[in-house]
Amino acid sequence: MSDILGGYNFAYLDEQTKRMIRRAILKAVAVPGYQVPFAGREMPLPYGWGTGGIQVTASVISADDVLKVIDQGADDTTNAVSIRRFFAKTAGVRTTTKTAEATLIQTRHRIPERRLTEGQIIVYQVPNPEPLRWMEPRESETRKMHALLEYGAMHVKLYEDIVHFGRIATSYDYPVRVNGRYIMAPSPIPKFDNPKMDGMPALQLFGAGREKRIYAVPPYTRVESLDFEDYPFEVQRWDQSCALCGATDSYLDEVITDDRGGRMFVCSDTDHCSERRAASDEAEGDGIRRPVEEEAAE
Amino acid sequence: MNALACDLPAGFADPVSDANATFRAVLTAMSYPGRIVSLPVTVEVPAPLAPATGAILLALADLDTPVWLSADLDRGMVAAWLRFHCGCPLVATRPEAIFAVTTPCRDLDGFGLGSAESPERAATVIVQLADLASGDEVRLSGPGIATKSGLSVPGLDASFWRAVAANHQLFPEGVDIVLAAPDRLACLPRTTMVEETSPCMSR
Amino acid sequence: MYVAVKGGEQAIDNAHKLLAEARRGDPAVAELTISQISQQLGIAVDRVMTEGSLYDRDLAALAIKQARGDIIEAVFLLRAYRTTLPRLGVALPIDTAAMTIERRISATFKDLPGGQILGPTFDYTHRLLDFALVVGGEVPVGPLPVTMADPEAVPRVTDILGAEGLLEAETADDDQPVGDITREPLAFPADRDVRLQCLARGDEGFLLALGYSTQRGFGKTHPFAGEIRMGTVAVEIVPEELGFAIDIGDITVTECQMVNQFKGSKNRPPQFTRGYGLAFGHSERKAMTMALVDRALRTKELGGEVTAPAQDEEFVLSHCDAVAASGFVEHLKLPHYVDFQGELGTVRALRRSCQNAAQEDGAKTEDGDV
Repeated sequence: MSDILGGYNFAYLDEQTKRMIRRAILKAVAVPGYQVPFAGREMPLPYGWGTGGIQVTASVISADDVLKVIDQGADDTTNAVSIRRFFAKTAGVRTTTKTAEATLIQTRHRIPERRLTEGQIIVYQVPNPEPLRWMEPRESETRKMHALLEYGAMHVKLYEDIVHFGRIATSYDYPVRVNGRYIMAPSPIPKFDNPKMDGMPALQLFGAGREKRIYAVPPYTRVESLDFEDYPFEVQRWDQSCALCGATDSYLDEVITDDRGGRMFVCSDTDHCSERRAASDEAEGDGIRRPVEEEAAE
Repeated sequence: MNALACDLPAGFADPVSDANATFRAVLTAMSYPGRIVSLPVTVEVPAPLAPATGAILLALADLDTPVWLSADLDRGMVAAWLRFHCGCPLVATRPEAIFAVTTPCRDLDGFGLGSAESPERAATVIVQLADLASGDEVRLSGPGIATKSGLSVPGLDASFWRAVAANHQLFPEGVDIVLAAPDRLACLPRTTMVEETSPCMSR
Repeated sequence: MYVAVKGGEQAIDNAHKLLAEARRGDPAVAELTISQISQQLGIAVDRVMTEGSLYDRDLAALAIKQARGDIIEAVFLLRAYRTTLPRLGVALPIDTAAMTIERRISATFKDLPGGQILGPTFDYTHRLLDFALVVGGEVPVGPLPVTMADPEAVPRVTDILGAEGLLEAETADDDQPVGDITREPLAFPADRDVRLQCLARGDEGFLLALGYSTQRGFGKTHPFAGEIRMGTVAVEIVPEELGFAIDIGDITVTECQMVNQFKGSKNRPPQFTRGYGLAFGHSERKAMTMALVDRALRTKELGGEVTAPAQDEEFVLSHCDAVAASGFVEHLKLPHYVDFQGELGTVRALRRSCQNAAQEDGAKTEDGDV
């Protein structure tokens, strides 16, 4: 990218703001799962649209990074495109859609299916960083609850689900306990993705711009989804496989195909899906590796 | 100020990318405690400050972060250099510091530990060392460490390691430590457990 | 065959083109200039400057033009620009007692030194659409009244009441640093400086509703509009190298001082309490409502019990920012397929187990072994 936006610093933020955010990130890594308050800046994208993740990414990113941005698992959703363009324009970095190639991944609502590796950093966009917020709306109170390990309300809430519905009815932003200490909101990822957080070799950073909080899960850190002995945590499963690549172990999006109840299921992680399709093409042995879009259109 | 400024070592050659590279080195070291990370930049610093120590302060300290220097580091042009490049206030006592910089010490007494409600307000203690290597003098475990990791650090004695072990017990409060040899660094966040592996620990 | 949705890039480019076209409207109609907006939509410009925390009429006018007149969007544009500006210095507190006054009214005294100066106000206009404005052209207004009063002769009503001890004293502790929510995260409980900054940047509509609620009994404060003054004040800074204050220009502000419910006891003579509002430009509704909410938020420090929404600082301060609020409300437009898929799965499973339970019950009833 030669046309880096003029008049602004590398990656948009000024150096003093970056230092402030970098210090917050380091403390977040040192206290896993604890929400570090930071003086979030007003970004040129709306609050609630990834400003926290963008500020974290802008403070971490270097010219050598390869950036991937996904929303709902896909690289081509409009908000992912918009954020990727922002960094292409303000930092001139190389971008990719391939999970394996990326050194830095900014995500909204998904963790890629491919296991992340050491040296990669995943940045989650977080709307509501406080897992206790639905039980206690006051920041002054939830801060104390975390300090005093007063997590009874969270267990009561989950247990009420069991009483009402016979199971825990939370399907996304499912609360986790980090390193045996802090209860943390994993951001609105489906609970399907929760197990990927546990012991992940990559560094996980979380940015909440509107609520002005940064938190982290260091690599190789225990992340447990809250549950009860008689109602153990379980992830979503589908009877179907991906209609495009046949995957049976990925998170699926439901696509409505007509107004007569027709529907199909496809991988939410578009890179995972196209990688699998490319691999099966090669395995078919016709020697021609067709572009993914062409194949899909057939 | 200007007459003095031209005598001061230059700091980073490219402030934006060097600050980022140094931060990334510290972030990697903090994420994988005990792992030794090379200093990715060249930097001009005043003696007795070592390059890694100076680079970390250039990357992270500013007018919002009071810096405390141990007496043996507060020499020559160090204070003037920090004031000029970082604009950071230099403080006289340990509790005031956000960044504390020291040569090998025997204790971690008096540094800010944060509080139960605000553990992030704890100090970061940078220990400037002559050398730093992987080894089995101390064994480390905790978040960021896949199985076990070890360090060998000439210059740090048993009482220092006891202080590090005691610091871990304070979690979520507690200081975070950066071990800075001239061209490399490693971190010991408060989450890291230190185990004695050599007789020096029980001394 | 189903094709995975692609083309986000193209869709965004197209949306930007359509937006540019919609913004311009019919090209046969002359394009608005920044100075037209700045001169003729002055109150909109004042509001955008106030909530945008940046005093620059031309940039605010540009933001309004770019935002197609959407005031909250314009505030957002100005805020996003403001964050990128370096801080060259910190101004001394402005002195509203030394204001060059264009408007000054008091609802508490019929007459007072300096008098009542109506100035340019909608107050006593009859709200009849003025069709003369449709035709355009210059409307002759005749010779303008001279309203500029000597500041010396227009003391603040609150200073008059204060001199008699009737109003609580309000002296800033100059040794305390002044908070800044654009530099430090908001924390609770918040001090009054921080609260006032939040309110100044807060959405006029939200604060208006809250202020109104206090008048209807949700946290009554018995307000009197002690004084509303609007005019220009000097902004001064003390450059490091000079060591004394220099005037860097004038700004127009509107200040409202509410005189509220008195308090006291047998031992302490009763005094009226204060609520304070200040906004850039001619922003009278904003200044008044800010003063009402400021006083409501002081309930606790004045020994009252917090019972109403307008008295609850965490509720008010966390929700008064229109840029944050509109961003988060509008983020619901973003895709949530993944979360919704999770919810679909859960609801379907719950419905299945409900139906199974019902069938089992039915089967049991038929077998007659209940």
